[in-house]
Amino acid sequence: MKKFLIAALAAGILLPATALSEIRAFAGATLITIEGAEIPDGILVIEDDKIEKVGARNAVRIPDGVDVVELEPESFIIPGIVDTHSHVGEVSGGDRSSPIQPEARALDSLNVRSSGITRALAGGITSVNVMPGSGHLISGQTIYLKLRDGDQIMDLVYRFDDGSPAGGLKMANGTNSIGEPPFPGTRAKSAALVRSAYIKAMEYSEKLVTAESEADRPARDLAMEALGEVLSGKRMVHFHSHRHDDLLTAIRLRDEFGFRMVLHHTSEAWRVADQIAAAGVPVSLIMIDSPGGKLEALNLDAKSAPMLEQAGARVAFHTDDWITDSRYFLRMAAMGVRAGMSRDAALVAMTQAGADMLDIGDRVGSLTPGKDADFVILSGDPFSVYTRVRETWVEGRKRFDLNDPDDRLVAEGGLNALTDDDGAGHIHGQGPHDHAGARGAGQ
Amino acid sequence: MSKSRNFTFGVFTTISLTIGALLIAASASARDLAVRAATLHTGTGEVITDGLVLIEDGLIKRVGRFEDVDIPEGMELIEVPVATPGLVDARSTVGLSGAMNQPHDQDQLEGSAAIQPELRAIDAYNPRERLIEWLRQHGVTTVHAGHGPGEIISGQSLIAKTTGDTVDEAVIEPAFAISATLGEGATQHGRKSPGNRSKAVAMLREQLIKAREYVEKNASSEETKGPSRDLALEALASVLVREMPLVVEVHRHNDIMTALRLADEFEFDLILAGVADAQLVMDEIKAAGVPVILHPTMVRAWGGSDMANFSFTTAAKLTEAGIPVALQSGYEGYVPKTRVVLFEAGVLMGYGVSQAQALEMITLAPARILGIDDRVGSLEPGKHGDLALFDGDPFEYTSHVVGTIIEGRRVSDTVR
Repeated sequence: MKKFLIAALAAGILLPATALSEIRAFAGATLITIEGAEIPDGILVIEDDKIEKVGARNAVRIPDGVDVVELEPESFIIPGIVDTHSHVGEVSGGDRSSPIQPEARALDSLNVRSSGITRALAGGITSVNVMPGSGHLISGQTIYLKLRDGDQIMDLVYRFDDGSPAGGLKMANGTNSIGEPPFPGTRAKSAALVRSAYIKAMEYSEKLVTAESEADRPARDLAMEALGEVLSGKRMVHFHSHRHDDLLTAIRLRDEFGFRMVLHHTSEAWRVADQIAAAGVPVSLIMIDSPGGKLEALNLDAKSAPMLEQAGARVAFHTDDWITDSRYFLRMAAMGVRAGMSRDAALVAMTQAGADMLDIGDRVGSLTPGKDADFVILSGDPFSVYTRVRETWVEGRKRFDLNDPDDRLVAEGGLNALTDDDGAGHIHGQGPHDHAGARGAGQ
Repeated sequence: MSKSRNFTFGVFTTISLTIGALLIAASASARDLAVRAATLHTGTGEVITDGLVLIEDGLIKRVGRFEDVDIPEGMELIEVPVATPGLVDARSTVGLSGAMNQPHDQDQLEGSAAIQPELRAIDAYNPRERLIEWLRQHGVTTVHAGHGPGEIISGQSLIAKTTGDTVDEAVIEPAFAISATLGEGATQHGRKSPGNRSKAVAMLREQLIKAREYVEKNASSEETKGPSRDLALEALASVLVREMPLVVEVHRHNDIMTALRLADEFEFDLILAGVADAQLVMDEIKAAGVPVILHPTMVRAWGGSDMANFSFTTAAKLTEAGIPVALQSGYEGYVPKTRVVLFEAGVLMGYGVSQAQALEMITLAPARILGIDDRVGSLEPGKHGDLALFDGDPFEYTSHVVGTIIEGRRVSDTVR
């Protein structure tokens, strides 16, 4: 494109800007805009990487000369799904040297050529928070990705206003982060270690502000810098927690240090739904097909989804890939509906709610003119077991197409569908003998 | 025999008969039930609109259209939108593996040795385990449970109903099969040996040869001079004389061929389990006439592992090829601690399997593979009155299981 522009300029041809833009229209599907009511027989118009128009067929004018993709009437278009918690791309974070490693970045570990990325697209996911595991109190910095076509991680990252790659901070409490020294042995010790780290970070940040000269400034400390970004509100805390008391401990820590927080997994959220809602803490839920597998998930109950909704809490869903495969994201939300959540809340939970939890809600999460052209074409109702993801579009480009044999292979599985080590970001080598739970794993 | 003794005996008999009659009367009424369903899936491929199942004394008496069947006076009638046969989980470890996932509730695998066919499932099965209750609440009425994958031979399995307070009350087959593993699953145990595939198969063949010799010695020697009892060889012998099948957990294509080769050499009844690469050697599986208990549809595999090629389309392809295929909940080492075959079958809906085929994979097909289709797997007169009740399409995500019936008893009213 750039070369062409230069050539055009050199040739003295100045094309009007609109001639360079690419407009596409999709007609006939039911549009789930998230912002408003579902629109049967709708039209979605995109221009380059943005959504241009959304509405009913008789209410949207398609510009002349634009190719219109006519979709089957039973198909649906939903906004690109936001997965608030995933481990695709063989991600890692902190190692086993210490329970608190905010300096470790998911950014520096991610394999963008992993089939995990394609699996996510096959599930309709277009934005994803890729996180280190939960085997630490603080396991590192997470990374928010837009699943554009890219050869390297920086092609996929969301960015903060200052241009640096955007992400949150992964924290955990309960049993996963407990272990042999230097890891904490109890819940109280866990909280004490975290409090000490944040108190140190507050002092560090304070010194940065009060330093009168360059010489007064404290030496750079990557861990303190990352915690400082949490304390300043720039970086969201994504807090893995299951048991009711652990959920309240996380809220207590948030209250003490004033950070912004999303609670993740929350097996026992149904026990403290009112407290969570009252605290104004958003929750990213996972739906698991049976209770147990670890002590703190024994009381896992799908009713957390409707109870949080009814209590007024903001709810999103996540795959925790590879705990649940990214290809089943729609199933996750459908199981929320099965448990009693409203259809509308479950739709929001797949899209806008998750986007807001990653601070990307102004760009993605709904079919709204001006937002990124991230959307998914479904063969049927989003919550039906008979529905397949047909196409996934990211910023106006088709990133997954069920009719493409390579994409279909990853969507359905088969010989060489998975790149070597896909899934390793989660439980690596957990054989049948390992029944004590997965150190370094999520959930 | 004196008169008085006779008299005493007579009185005793009368009393016991009376008690027996009372018990039979009480239990008969508790095991009588009529179920009316707007949509009744009989499990034989037939779908009856406004159907009725009549259960007497725990057994199915009649199946038909509601208007064609007279309900005996006083019999309890349940009306539901949808009913299917009670679901049959073709392979699981529940009861041996518990929800807590702590060492004390994990009996599905004994890691002290590679080959331990003498381990009986009945000696470890906990019928009150909450994972069994979980399956029961999801319409599963019969489960093939036992020692799981993870050793060349991990032990035996049983078939149980998902009710009962004791193992004796629960089981319908106390020793159904012996559980084996080939491929990487048999070598990831932390011991020195078997360290690879060749060694694992050599060890297995050695044991099978010993068991064959054990069988021959027993057959040729007089009763008093036979070899001293060896529980392990006894168990393997029952495989060689085809009293028990060998269920082999195997995924990679070459390991599947190894399983078929072993079945040829030792002439045992083979059931393939897992079988992620089934599509790659489908002709060979078909030619061997071996049934498949397929991995859970939502099984997790990482790239490079034995299961890396698993596909959502395998169930459809096997069915198309005419290979008997059932679905299992399998073994899970973490969360979810058990899978639910209803959900595993549901996910197949988008991948070339019809509703009737998927239902068969979790009812009649596993019943046949497990050799219990004379009792369960479909709604036909004479079979157990086992049903799963739904408020809509059994496979639709947003439907619910609204009840479970085992042998005419409502064993769950929980909405799941």
